[in-house]
Amino acid sequence: MSGGARLENANPLIFQRTGERLQTANDEDEDVADPIDDREIFDLIRSINDPEHPLSLEELNVVEQVRVRVDDQENAVGVEFTPAIPHCSMATLIGLSIKVKLLRSLPERFKIDVHITPGTHASEDAVNKQLADKERVAAALENSQLLEVVNQCLISNARTG
Amino acid sequence: MNDTVALLQKFNAHPDSRCWYVAWNPKGTLLASCGGDRAIRIWGREGDSWECKTLLQDGHQRTVRKVAWSPCGNYLASASFDATTCIWKKKNDDFECLTVLEGHENEVKCVAWAPSGNLLATCSRDKSVWIWEGYLSQSLSFSVDEENENENEYECVSVVNSHTQDVKHVVWHPTQELLASCSYDNNVCVYKEEDDDWECRATLEGHTSTVWGLTFDPSGQRLASCSDDCTVKIWKECQPEGGQGTDTAWKCVCTLSGFHGRTVYDIAWCPLTGALATACGDDGVRVFKEDETADPDQPAFSLSAHVPKAHTQDVNCIAWNPKEAGLLVSCSDNGEIAVWNYQSGV
Repeated sequence: MSGGARLENANPLIFQRTGERLQTANDEDEDVADPIDDREIFDLIRSINDPEHPLSLEELNVVEQVRVRVDDQENAVGVEFTPAIPHCSMATLIGLSIKVKLLRSLPERFKIDVHITPGTHASEDAVNKQLADKERVAAALENSQLLEVVNQCLISNARTG
Repeated sequence: MNDTVALLQKFNAHPDSRCWYVAWNPKGTLLASCGGDRAIRIWGREGDSWECKTLLQDGHQRTVRKVAWSPCGNYLASASFDATTCIWKKKNDDFECLTVLEGHENEVKCVAWAPSGNLLATCSRDKSVWIWEGYLSQSLSFSVDEENENENEYECVSVVNSHTQDVKHVVWHPTQELLASCSYDNNVCVYKEEDDDWECRATLEGHTSTVWGLTFDPSGQRLASCSDDCTVKIWKECQPEGGQGTDTAWKCVCTLSGFHGRTVYDIAWCPLTGALATACGDDGVRVFKEDETADPDQPAFSLSAHVPKAHTQDVNCIAWNPKEAGLLVSCSDNGEIAVWNYQSGV
């Protein structure tokens, strides 16, 4: 899937990483329930590896904290991601990696919507529809080759944290 | 709303995985469920609780998406992401795999038995609907215990490619040999047999996203569909203008919108009471009742009962018991099956 000698986006723009989260007194209090907020979701997805480059989705500005919406009470999470180039053929794979990371990390009560930042991709409707179809996602993840590619994107390493 | 849906039992059917589908047998005494754990389970009532009578573990290599009982109740068909459909024969509490139907290029999304018992329909992400013909001992008045070599013969009689995308569900008309399918392409197709070949006779357009489920009303005159666009549509067959052509025309006579918060995954029309139940991705189960006074060509439905948190995750399937009025079953992404009693106050 990500094979081939020629990279689509050979010279990507690299963005600076956000610093560590500042702990507040409430965060450290065991008795106060921590609602899940956009920073927490961002922390889960920022270090997902891009399939083509040894860089994280945060460094490529594919994901940004400002494009994460969380409603803890309504059990809803929405993530918009911006493919680095409008014809990026990796868009579905990147979206799937974000979705899988959140499905594996968040409590079961959450409804997770992942879609492309409007206006940033040529096939955004088609990609969004696939990502929203849980039956298609489930079947895709039963494909061992695709699952392996997704897992590679989700491996965290010392470089990307 | 003085109508209620009361929870009778809830149990975990598919540990650590999704329960995708649940189906009552024709007598209404058994439940078949299937899921992401690649297994099929058969449940029977023991007093107030449901016990697992049979576990069919090795029939499929991937998720089992749907199961369907034959009209006689002696056979079960299962549709799987491994691209095959299994036909099982019931022998007391055990099931034996009779034959495996192969042919689809990728995941089979649904299997359904025609009311006559001789025909099966399957559909797949490969965009096609297949019609299969087989020979069941019951239709030749053989006793269930006799071995009949003909039982293993299933032949594909038609492959129809009317949809342009993944086909999600197929359902047969309750009495006629008429088939309907729905798809990721947002449409519903209706098929009839013509000169030994099955053809699409009508394409029902109107939904603005994937259509996940279909159900005929008890008389078979109307079809209800449910969709990712969060609506339910009721379709009725009407006489085409001029009356000469063989194509039928179906019109959307009612749309139920504003009731569901997320994708509606399944819909079921009760053959005994006419109530319409839905399974939704917002974790809720809803029952709609038809308004008696409305014009038959412009039916109106109102929300009769709603269980907002029927399950802790998406509800994938909903099914009315064919013999006991008001008995309803649902299943969810959290692996649970729930059994409900719907009571209409009026």
